[in-house]
Amino acid sequence: MSTTSAPVRRATPGRSRRNWRETRAAYAFIGLWIVGSLVFTLGPMIASLVLSFTDYDAIAEPRNVGFDNYREMIADPKVAKALGNTLVYAVLYVPTAMVVALALALLLNRLGRGSGFFRTVFYLPVMTPTVAVGALFLLLLNGNQGLLNRTLGLVGITGPNWTTDTDWVKPGLAVTMLWGVGGMVVIYLAALRQVPKDLYEAADLDGAGAWTKFRRVTIPMISGSLFFTLIVQTIAALQMFDQAYTMFFGAQENSTYSNEAALFYVIYLFQQAFQFLHMGYASALAWLLFLIIIVITAVQVRVSRRFVYYEGERG
Amino acid sequence: MTITRRGLITGSLGTLAVGALSACGGVGDSGNDASKGGAGKGDTGALSTQGFGKPDDVGQARIDAFKSAYPNVQVNLNEGDFDPQQFLSAVASGNPPDLVYLDRGLVGSYASRGAIQPLDDLLGGAGIKTGDYREAAIKEVTLDGKVYGVPEFYNTRNILVNGKAIEEAGLTLADVSTTDWNRLHTVTRQLYRAAGGRTTRIGFDPKLPEFLPLWAKANGADLVNPDGSPNLEDPKIIEALTYALSLIDEQGGWSKFKAFRDTWDLFGAGNQFVKNQAAAFPWEGWYVNVLVQSSPKIDLRSTPFTDRQGKPITFQNGSAWCLPKDAKNPAAAVNWMKVMTSTDTWLKAGAARQATVEQNKSIFTGLWTANTAADEQVKAKYVKPGPTGFDKAVENYYAASDYAFGVNASKAGSEIKVAWQEAVNRALSGQQKPDAALRQAQSEASKAFSAAK
Repeated sequence: MSTTSAPVRRATPGRSRRNWRETRAAYAFIGLWIVGSLVFTLGPMIASLVLSFTDYDAIAEPRNVGFDNYREMIADPKVAKALGNTLVYAVLYVPTAMVVALALALLLNRLGRGSGFFRTVFYLPVMTPTVAVGALFLLLLNGNQGLLNRTLGLVGITGPNWTTDTDWVKPGLAVTMLWGVGGMVVIYLAALRQVPKDLYEAADLDGAGAWTKFRRVTIPMISGSLFFTLIVQTIAALQMFDQAYTMFFGAQENSTYSNEAALFYVIYLFQQAFQFLHMGYASALAWLLFLIIIVITAVQVRVSRRFVYYEGERG
Repeated sequence: MTITRRGLITGSLGTLAVGALSACGGVGDSGNDASKGGAGKGDTGALSTQGFGKPDDVGQARIDAFKSAYPNVQVNLNEGDFDPQQFLSAVASGNPPDLVYLDRGLVGSYASRGAIQPLDDLLGGAGIKTGDYREAAIKEVTLDGKVYGVPEFYNTRNILVNGKAIEEAGLTLADVSTTDWNRLHTVTRQLYRAAGGRTTRIGFDPKLPEFLPLWAKANGADLVNPDGSPNLEDPKIIEALTYALSLIDEQGGWSKFKAFRDTWDLFGAGNQFVKNQAAAFPWEGWYVNVLVQSSPKIDLRSTPFTDRQGKPITFQNGSAWCLPKDAKNPAAAVNWMKVMTSTDTWLKAGAARQATVEQNKSIFTGLWTANTAADEQVKAKYVKPGPTGFDKAVENYYAASDYAFGVNASKAGSEIKVAWQEAVNRALSGQQKPDAALRQAQSEASKAFSAAK
């Protein structure tokens, strides 16, 4: 067995100048992003934090009210209702989406030449405007004549009224959101392609079956991707807005029917801000959601340390 | 203590949607206050609007009338429906449109916050007389004695009836009446159809939540008191809601009822009349124009909505032209309001609609304006009495304009409306009983009313 050693690079004046040029170029590339981040994210965050301590209707000057908005949130039953709806939806949607996306990715991974085509097909729905998806699924999920219930009817199942029955509104929305699962499929597929074949070969030699290989090899090896999508999808679920608003709240002045089962936190925040002009209160609501997301993400990160395997990590 | 908005950093926090508006900088302290006068003749400059959707033949004829009267005013129409976020962002950033077109039910809320300006001085200067407009419409745009908008359309409600359905059930038009609530229950049962556990025809649709003001009035109560305070837990309103809900329960319950109603092709040739999916429901007058174009051969019949004493009642709504805070060309804006709603202009719009009607070999179904004289003259000139159900429906809607009421204006109009609508929705979905739902609504609306400036 022969060994080779990489040549040790020594800093020379020429190399140093080149490094400096590269560093400058790197700063130039990320500079715009940093400026954009400061102006369009950090700045508004600070402004929003300040406004959360005010009574502000976007027309008159903000008036300092201390912690009144935060105190009001505790007493506001709709905050609890909206938070409850949002958490239930997140619990319903996130695991379901991950399982469905992983199943589709596993199928695609087994395909040979056709996988590129199907990968595109699965990703295409992600490009569909969310409002259009909401309107489309109102038809598909209609309890009386919707395609989903008609299909269930073919196998003798009487489907529920997904869009009008309070108990089925959130499951219906979770089904709707599976439409956009293609992004996760692409991530999982990329992860599956990175799993070293020799691990499966070793497992075969040990007599492992398909399920054991999936559980003992595949899942640990793609756990980084699973964890990433868990975080991202949880945050997205906690910020649910577009589809639910389109399906159950509509254009504010043209739609009168709404369903409180679909009153998600960001919808309530939007109503407070733009329907009732309670900008200060809405800012406080936004900060509460921000804190909730941070806490949930921190818990997920903490728990993930036991389950997530990073290949490049020192043991 | 107040915080200077100019000290706040502009922009928005992506996930914190509210930041988008709240951080958009401030509204200038200076600017044109229309009520102070000195706005000039309004025959030059730019004029921008928000909330005026893409105009049809009637809208275009009136725009043309303005452009003809004021050729040196450059009109910039933002052809989208009223969007509160867009409007508030514009006002808060000190760059408001010159005119905003919004639902009259919202005028009180925006007026109380100073987002729109009182028009009294400008109206007088431009020769606009509020007495020319229907009283119910003017009341909706009047807050604390000041007029904040010029009303445009005037939508009223009558009951539209599917002749085929009532004949199948062995009933007559006279049987479809809201006077005797017990009798209406029986008639609804007779008209309702279901097969295989699914609704196939709605017998009578009480049109909840949007028509609660009508059911409340039929039982002798108003949702909003004359002083603008909410009156949502009035026993008469609770009784009216309980009754209207019972009509839905009679027809399979809300969940099935709504799911079936959502399948109707309201604007198409296969609408609920053509498919015999609906027997009777109250609806706005504009829908007659939709039906006459999409399904002119249906057996349409109509009858007024009545209170429990048998007196015809209806409620009206519509939009109004308002002047945003700091609008830059208030004189031209008021000229626009005058031209768009004047009798002469409505007659031009009537001529445009008549041309469309002749082209489609249809019938003229009315324009339904808030200008009393214009409505009468358009009717006299273009509406031809005839023997069909459509002709009778048009006649009924014209009659309804004379006795329509409006929901009283309130400085918390928007919050009160949302409170009662959500209460009805909670009751419809079975989350609360009508009395509990309306009591919660009253509590929410009262809080908003007290907090409104």
